[in-house]
Amino acid sequence: MLGVVFARPNRWRFFWKHTLLEIEQIGINSLPIVALMSTFMGAVIALQTASSMESPLLPDYTVGFITQSSTILEFSPTIISLILAGKVGSNVASEIGTMRVTEQIDALEIMGVNSLNFLVLPKITAAFVFFPVLVIFSMALSMLGGWLALLVSDLTTTEIYILGVRSFFNPFHITYALSKTLVFGFLIVSISSFFGYYVKGGSLDVGKASTQAVVSSSVAILIANFILTQLMLLS
Amino acid sequence: MIEVQQLSKSFNGQKVLFDIDHIFEEGKVNLIIGQSGQGKSVLAKCIVGLYEADAGQILFDQRNFTQMDRSERSNIRQEIGMLFQAAALFDSMTVEQNVMFPLQMFTNMTKAEIQVRTDFCLERVNLAGRNKLMPSECSGGMQKRVGIARAIAMNPRYLFCDEPNSGLDPKTSIVIDKLIRDITHEYNITTVVITHDMNSVMEIGDHILFIHQGKKWWEGNRHSIINASNPEIESFVYASSFMKEIRSQLQKKA
Repeated sequence: MLGVVFARPNRWRFFWKHTLLEIEQIGINSLPIVALMSTFMGAVIALQTASSMESPLLPDYTVGFITQSSTILEFSPTIISLILAGKVGSNVASEIGTMRVTEQIDALEIMGVNSLNFLVLPKITAAFVFFPVLVIFSMALSMLGGWLALLVSDLTTTEIYILGVRSFFNPFHITYALSKTLVFGFLIVSISSFFGYYVKGGSLDVGKASTQAVVSSSVAILIANFILTQLMLLS
Repeated sequence: MIEVQQLSKSFNGQKVLFDIDHIFEEGKVNLIIGQSGQGKSVLAKCIVGLYEADAGQILFDQRNFTQMDRSERSNIRQEIGMLFQAAALFDSMTVEQNVMFPLQMFTNMTKAEIQVRTDFCLERVNLAGRNKLMPSECSGGMQKRVGIARAIAMNPRYLFCDEPNSGLDPKTSIVIDKLIRDITHEYNITTVVITHDMNSVMEIGDHILFIHQGKKWWEGNRHSIINASNPEIESFVYASSFMKEIRSQLQKKA
């Protein structure tokens, strides 16, 4: 399947046009849910860390540091990708699945269009381009959420929180997070496209394919997360 | 002309087409008829390559489709227009964009030329001025006509219609049938229509292939089918009370 997907598009103009539409559909339209999730996620991480800090030996800036490291290393790339697996994965599987059961994919094939390439490549390109943007956006909002939560709860000062966020910052962690995001984006779109493209039957089967796509993408993300962490952080 | 030689197809070990030999003639409306589940759609889908035949050959004007690779098939397919049972219009595109799509994808025509060709095709199917409608805003008959406009946009040499009248009222069915017949004769296309509608058979059946139990059972035209002595054809043709009544009236007169 992937060999056909990555073939040269019939028309580059169509490819770029569709890629922009997909960036809007699977990227820009996901901004609200990513913003909401990230802000509350950061707030909860900060509050939980602050509530667990009983030892006087731990410096005050630990809250900021833990919020920063857990957000960059795990929460933004992995949790946001799992959220996107639900939103984008079901959307991709049901869109392509509906095209399959209504014979729109057959119509493309009859015209001589490489339907896999035409439908899936713009989605994969859009995920490659915009998922990292979403994750960087999520990281920023998560840390902002942590700061707001601590400020409202009067648990620390802005200066100490910022000191924590900047402490022990390792730029490689950003590379690691964005690398994971690219792999997760590819997994979400390709797995969901596969389930949608090869669906057989009617609308009920499109629904089932959509569910299978979300479950399989989520499992693939968890496994890939483990393997990438082993390879990139521990090797 | 499309020539099918010794075509066989099975699914999960169950054979659905048995060594079909047939010639679909140029400039004629060739019908594939038969009861549901006898292999009509499978035969058509094998011919256009949506299903891969297990054995046999398909020749599009002596060009062997079965031995072609993906890119060669893609070239042949640009000469094929297909009208699907449910029209299969791209629902994210307007009527006009649906018709324009193959032109934009496969030709080097300018925007103005594409617009002229699109308007011509829509006019040809009596849908002038409906360019900006979405498929969801069109009736079943209109969707079929848009499907025909899209199918003829590239000036196809071969036109396939999968049950073009399904879900349409008798009057609209006649409009669609006439359109298919006129376009076939006007542009000298090899048209293949899959149907089990006897009205269509009598209206446009220049050349008819009757499929029964996955086998070529009979071939003829709309005149000879009425008097065919084959029991399977007789039960198919005179399945409805309406046709039975006509037959009894004719027999009484005779």
